[in-house]
Amino acid sequence: MMPKLNVSNSVAALLCAALVLLPVYSAVTGNIFILTLFTRIVIYALAAASLNLIMGYGGMMSFGHAAYLGVGGYAVGILAAEGIGSGFIQWPVALAVSALFALVIGALSLRTRGVYFIMITLAFAQMAYYVTSGLSRYGGDDGLTVYKRSDFAGLINLSNRSQFYYLCLACLFGGLYLIWRIVNSRFGLVVQGVRSNEQRMQAIGFHANRYRLVCFVIAGTICGLAGALLANNTDFVSPAVMYWTRSGDLMVMVILGGMGSLFGPVIGAIVYLLLEELLSQVTEYSGLILGPVLLLIVVFARGGIMGLLGRMSRA
Amino acid sequence: MPDSLADPLLRVDNLVRRFGGITATDNLSLEVVPGELHAIIGPNGAGKTTLISQLTGQLMPNSGTIHFGGRDVTGLPAYRRSRLGLARSFQITSLLKDFSAIDNVALAAQAHDGHSFRFWGSARKEKHLRDTARAALARVGLGQRADIVVSQLSHGEQRELELAVALATKPRLLLLDEPMAGLGVTESARMVGLLKELRKEVTIVLVEHDMEAVFALADRITVLVYGRVIACDVPDAIRKHDEVKRAYLGDQHVVVAHV
Repeated sequence: MMPKLNVSNSVAALLCAALVLLPVYSAVTGNIFILTLFTRIVIYALAAASLNLIMGYGGMMSFGHAAYLGVGGYAVGILAAEGIGSGFIQWPVALAVSALFALVIGALSLRTRGVYFIMITLAFAQMAYYVTSGLSRYGGDDGLTVYKRSDFAGLINLSNRSQFYYLCLACLFGGLYLIWRIVNSRFGLVVQGVRSNEQRMQAIGFHANRYRLVCFVIAGTICGLAGALLANNTDFVSPAVMYWTRSGDLMVMVILGGMGSLFGPVIGAIVYLLLEELLSQVTEYSGLILGPVLLLIVVFARGGIMGLLGRMSRA
Repeated sequence: MPDSLADPLLRVDNLVRRFGGITATDNLSLEVVPGELHAIIGPNGAGKTTLISQLTGQLMPNSGTIHFGGRDVTGLPAYRRSRLGLARSFQITSLLKDFSAIDNVALAAQAHDGHSFRFWGSARKEKHLRDTARAALARVGLGQRADIVVSQLSHGEQRELELAVALATKPRLLLLDEPMAGLGVTESARMVGLLKELRKEVTIVLVEHDMEAVFALADRITVLVYGRVIACDVPDAIRKHDEVKRAYLGDQHVVVAHV
């Protein structure tokens, strides 16, 4: 299916172009700050996109998605601390551990629905938070400094700002493309069908939970990748990255941008983190403004920013 | 005509299902032979939907057994029974409301066409799934409405779509829970016409309140009252059955008198 030319797709295309050209702008103007900021934004966009896969498409309101940021990050950090600096080992391990973690959490929490599912995913993430807080060998509460970024045998230098930015952007685009293929595949239709009407899907012959679980694991794995990127970006990983407020941030990005729209979480991450950054320069109490803005979006713009844009193209 | 000596396609033995103090299915036994259209009637609260839900696996019985095609399916979950060829339509329309009509049907076809752990290719481009779906839609008269989102379809069309979804699973036994519920006179007539066609191909268990339709369609009729079978016979015999008249048709006269 060719994407249609409408307001939301045009905005998405323009944003992609802007993201690709950003390092050029940064180099020309000498504005390093904006590149640093957007590296972080791109990483969170990837995490939010993975959450959108289960929340928007799968109807699974996970309130513990930041746990995978931590799991992926700690995998990189711990291996680095133990002297294994190669990204070819660190990253696959980060993905594998995230997948395994998601498999365990998913297998247990997907027995429940609704509020219970929200609470149990939250509980698991908090558990991960406290476990890492207790890892005294790896910094405990204070977190773990990653002294050397992942080494990819000279293929790419993660300490170079633009190279690292492009790596993050490639991961984001790759992740989005993967999610796009998935949601249109047989598997994706089943997952969306289960969101829409689980009883019906069982009645026509689908073992709903099996599909939900695999979807949950895929999303956790992608978020683990974001975690590996994040640890490299900040040269640091701490329990705070798994704290429930961080999971809340990811949820807000998805809802703000538009649940169940491919590009929504990217827009959500950009708007949310930019707002946060700008407001923090103006006032200490950025939450006072950010909160009401979110309320307005949730109340008046169901379907988030992408939903608004979609309505504009129809008008 | 069905061969009553044939091995039953569906055999229910001594089924019991209680909800608290109420016995919704009370030691119920039933046989459905291949090729017949077997109607189940009974006053409101007789336990018809409860029975259907146990047959399809949405609800588990407290005791008793269900055999389908000679196999004990009593403990099997709904999705496994669907794979064996048991399909149902719901009394209260239960569709994927935010999907198009054809997506609803194609998913049903997909469920019976290998596994769905395929993550890459576009499912909407799989021609044989789409073709099966289109055929099922055409079958129920929705050929022109394939791309309409379910929530935009009329109630009557949604009832027809329910049927198309069930058909797309290529069932050996079709359990229809009040397919005429909420339909107008013309829509009902269309549905009866449709069922007359379908019964030539597939064994059907029909739960229905529309007596005219039931007596026009059924080979045999089972009458439930308070979860128990009080009669099971051909339509003419049911019409004359004293206990049925008292318990069921009598009940309806009362209802009519109130109106």
